[in-house]
Amino acid sequence: MIRIIRDFIKRMIHQLFQTKKKIKLGFYGPPNAGKTTLANRISKDWLGEEVGSVSKIPHETRSVSVKEAVVIKHKGKEMGFTLVDTPGIATKIDYEEFMKFKMKETEAKKRAKEATEGVIEAIKWLDDVDCVCVVLDSAENPYSQVNITIIGNLAARDIPVLIVANKIDLKRSNIKKVEAAFPQYEVVGISAMKGKNMEEFYESLFRLIKK
Amino acid sequence: MLTLQYVQYADLENMNSSQKIKHLLSIVEEGKIVLMQGRLTPEEETGLIKETMIRIKKAFKGIQLCTIYPAESSGHLFGKMRKELAKILVGNQEGLTIIGPDSIVKEIRRDPSKIQLLTIDAPNKPSKKRRSRK
Repeated sequence: MIRIIRDFIKRMIHQLFQTKKKIKLGFYGPPNAGKTTLANRISKDWLGEEVGSVSKIPHETRSVSVKEAVVIKHKGKEMGFTLVDTPGIATKIDYEEFMKFKMKETEAKKRAKEATEGVIEAIKWLDDVDCVCVVLDSAENPYSQVNITIIGNLAARDIPVLIVANKIDLKRSNIKKVEAAFPQYEVVGISAMKGKNMEEFYESLFRLIKK
Repeated sequence: MLTLQYVQYADLENMNSSQKIKHLLSIVEEGKIVLMQGRLTPEEETGLIKETMIRIKKAFKGIQLCTIYPAESSGHLFGKMRKELAKILVGNQEGLTIIGPDSIVKEIRRDPSKIQLLTIDAPNKPSKKRRSRK
């Protein structure tokens, strides 16, 4: 009987502190999937300010951006988060790709150099996040090695993962394909840019933290 | 000319992660496509990406990477135990890893049942070579 009461008190204290502590929430994924757009959406919803700039040119985020003390309220509960927006992980970076966006060679080379450093920084941060939103473009093929490598690394580190199938507002979007690619994970479809399905996203996020 | 180099599990068996990554990348930097028996661990895969980023320059713009791995069977317990024991005894030799230089391999396209390796067309030969594995 004493043991049951002791365990109950222990569980209550644990739950109490779990909801109060700040959770480092990482945003990972390939370039141009909408990681910063989602981080901005959350930060603007609950803090009123953005995390970083977004662009159609890949590798706009070239260093990790951290936004602290983001308190999210959902269905009477609240949780404190530190948002960690990371540069897109890629296996190649070609400065000539940036020049297609009318960028000058010197500027493109500088961006490429910064992008390589950003990928390394993003990988290093894998050891320092509590849970992760893997943001994928739901209009693209989800079976890319980068996606598999990121998710494999998170699984190896036992970090809880929520797969965010972003850009559901696009005609080519296919959430079912994302779900089929990663059947062991919860997938939530959203449009971070248009703010579509954000309630379902917060619901899934809170469910993930509870695990 | 397209060169494929097969790397046996035994060639990498006694190397640590860093040595493995450097060995594989040195082959890729020579313009060859590596077909490696087995697969890297998730940590080694990110290590490979990190090392690739460090080596990127005008002549080397990165890699295309793909791992083919048999799906985990939902077979009986004894079968799983036998598989795990084999891994402990002889290492994880299952699967195949393909690593190619980005200057040659345009894309490795994967869907659940097949892999397509698309190479960049040679300037004078507008042919596209495809390898697929089912």
